[in-house]
Amino acid sequence: MIADKGSTRLETKEGWRNFRPEIKDELCVRCNICWVYCPDLAIYTEQGDFTARGKKYVLAYRVDYRYCKGCGICANECPVKAIEMVRE
Amino acid sequence: MRMYTEERAPSKRNFVKDVLALTSNHAVAYAVRSLDVDVIASYPITPQTTIVEKLAEFVANGELDAEFVNVESEHSALSVVLGASATGARTFTATSSQGFLLMHEVLHNVSGLRLPVVMAVPSRAVSAPISIHGDYSDLMTGKDVGWIVFICASAQEVYDTVLQLYAVAEDERVCLPAIVAYDGFLMSHTMERVEVYRDDLILEFAPKRVKRLLDPANPVTLGELALPEHYYRYKYSQLSALDGSREVIRSVFKSFYSYFGIEYDFVERFKTEDADFIIVVYGGASWGNAVEAVNITREKGLKTGALRIRVLRPFPIKEVVDTLKNVKGFSVVDRAISFGASTPGPVYADVVVSLAEYGLSIPSVCVIAGIGQKVMYVSDFVRVLEELVKGKEGVILL
Amino acid sequence: MIKNIKDLPREELFAPGHTMCSGCGPAIAVRWITKFIGNNAIVVNATGCVEVTTTIYPRTAWEHPYIHSLFGNTAAVAGGVERAISVLSRKGKWDSGDTKVVVIAGDGGTYDIGLQALSGTLERGHRVLYILYDNEAYMNTGIQRSSSTPLYAWTTTTPVGEKVRGKQERKKDIIGIVLSHGIPYVASASVSHIVDLGNKIEKALSYLKEGPTFIRIFAPCVPGWRYPENKTVEVARLAVETGYFPLFEWEKERFRLNPPSNGLVDEQRRVPIVEFLKLQERFSHLSEEQICAIQDEVNRMWEKIKEHLK
Repeated sequence: MIADKGSTRLETKEGWRNFRPEIKDELCVRCNICWVYCPDLAIYTEQGDFTARGKKYVLAYRVDYRYCKGCGICANECPVKAIEMVRE
Repeated sequence: MRMYTEERAPSKRNFVKDVLALTSNHAVAYAVRSLDVDVIASYPITPQTTIVEKLAEFVANGELDAEFVNVESEHSALSVVLGASATGARTFTATSSQGFLLMHEVLHNVSGLRLPVVMAVPSRAVSAPISIHGDYSDLMTGKDVGWIVFICASAQEVYDTVLQLYAVAEDERVCLPAIVAYDGFLMSHTMERVEVYRDDLILEFAPKRVKRLLDPANPVTLGELALPEHYYRYKYSQLSALDGSREVIRSVFKSFYSYFGIEYDFVERFKTEDADFIIVVYGGASWGNAVEAVNITREKGLKTGALRIRVLRPFPIKEVVDTLKNVKGFSVVDRAISFGASTPGPVYADVVVSLAEYGLSIPSVCVIAGIGQKVMYVSDFVRVLEELVKGKEGVILL
Repeated sequence: MIKNIKDLPREELFAPGHTMCSGCGPAIAVRWITKFIGNNAIVVNATGCVEVTTTIYPRTAWEHPYIHSLFGNTAAVAGGVERAISVLSRKGKWDSGDTKVVVIAGDGGTYDIGLQALSGTLERGHRVLYILYDNEAYMNTGIQRSSSTPLYAWTTTTPVGEKVRGKQERKKDIIGIVLSHGIPYVASASVSHIVDLGNKIEKALSYLKEGPTFIRIFAPCVPGWRYPENKTVEVARLAVETGYFPLFEWEKERFRLNPPSNGLVDEQRRVPIVEFLKLQERFSHLSEEQICAIQDEVNRMWEKIKEHLK
């Protein structure tokens, strides 16, 4: 029995990556898609005041690099190509 | 032949609710009903079927408030009961022979998950060739997988044992599943006098203590993967729990005596105190024959005795050694075959090793009898004792 | 009902740090299943990729009460959990209210070894939501063929050799098998269409008061299907857009195609199947005839769908 729910959080996965996603906040239209499709719960939202493409937003998408395995699904699905996969 | 019920302490007589003529199978059903079991899985197989049929009647008549699940195979029977037990329900199922074999991987799983499931196994021969008749081949394939195993010799004992097994299995020092086994057909379908007890006392003697492991208020993960640095610890812990269950079994026997006035032990002895030659058996038919054979040979002037193993797992090493240590010869009558093993008798092996653990090596005979319910004659058992007296060693296939 | 992507629940009920592959389709499925079923649910998981990568002692990715028993008995175990909740509730002993029982199992544990237990559980009417994540092979053991593996696909047990090239049998119709049990709700969803999946899980849970429900989720596998790890959602979307994997629901006896599949009844609107096949190396050995044969299969499936729509 494992009583510690969600304890895989203690095992980070940054060593799995060859590429890391970099979200270009100034290009992001806050469509939510990268957050929806991440298999590793490595994309989260940060509250605040942001401006991108001339519009104001109350949140921005960030990558939790502890858990990102660098699969690139976020970059592939981003409709405005705001995510770039950069070699580690 | 010891009639337990006649020995019931007089002060406990008023705890008897009724006296019924019951087969061992129906005795199981009556015990399960009084224990307020919550979930029962049912799948038919000879000679167990009348257990679940009786339970179906109880549930249909509103005499037992339980979920009666008619599953599609024995593998699912034990699996349904596994899921229910993990959710905190008191559970029961029954099977024999092929069904017991089919659920084999689930047996290990239930024990590894430490769930206090109780199962009845009226024992039957296994295929091939197919036989619906009794022997203990089925049980022996599943005796070493982490379950407590009792083998009974009368319907009363079966009834009493089911009550005791819930008390043992659900004890938090144990948390292991348990089997009550007995002769297929010769006991499962034979009517005997059974005294059934008051329900309130039964539930006081064996209160429900099934842990609710699957609980939304306290989520845990069960059935995890254990890598080499961890797996062995689970198994050593199971081993330790099964060994430690001896103490719990002993205390449950004591408690049972205080509630219902019958004294049970890990073994049953007949004229063993001064015996030179002892025949060791398990199950009802073998026991009846053994006791008769002892009476007959004693009349001929031989000092013989009979020992019945009641608790097969955890094996009662001390009790067996204490009884046999001073004899000149003993035999074990096995009703199952361990093909290709150092000896064909599985319980014979248990006995010999137990003695060896105490540095004892006593002339002995491994007897295989009653396979596929081949008729076991008292005269055969008499012959075994007489052969022992002549110093016979080795294997006798009756 | 979830209207669009902005309406999706934000609270995560599954933890990161699991060891599913980079780009894993089932990982996306499980993350969203755990969200959509809510806190008051017990998960019963079959042996497979998901189980093995999320429960390595001493770590678990699960925040739900969870049990893994064996490979082929998941539906039976779930039935036992469900009955225990039922009887304990009746006896006044269950204090968590209407706890849902949800199975999460792969195609190996559903189409093959778990089929008998699934049939038994559906037939007996246990109030269990059975969710199948279909990655079309026994992936956990290293990509072996299951009866869910599509025609001609490469797997290690249906390799592409001189004499035999890939799987020679068609994918089994699990939906047809499940439908024959007469359960109130059966649906097909994909990891590419999460809003649709969410609505289906919500509906499936609400139908539990009437009987068992079943959802199959198309979940691509990077190493098993052999495509670049960033294309999992793209492959799943193409499966829908080519009509290979239509999104639909059977609510009682009523069949409904969900968007975008409802717009693909006209063959001209379906993307040619070769677009889906060419992304995956498990199909790279296919001849022109074989690709045409698969396109025909898809078209035939849609003819049958048209019958249901009448």
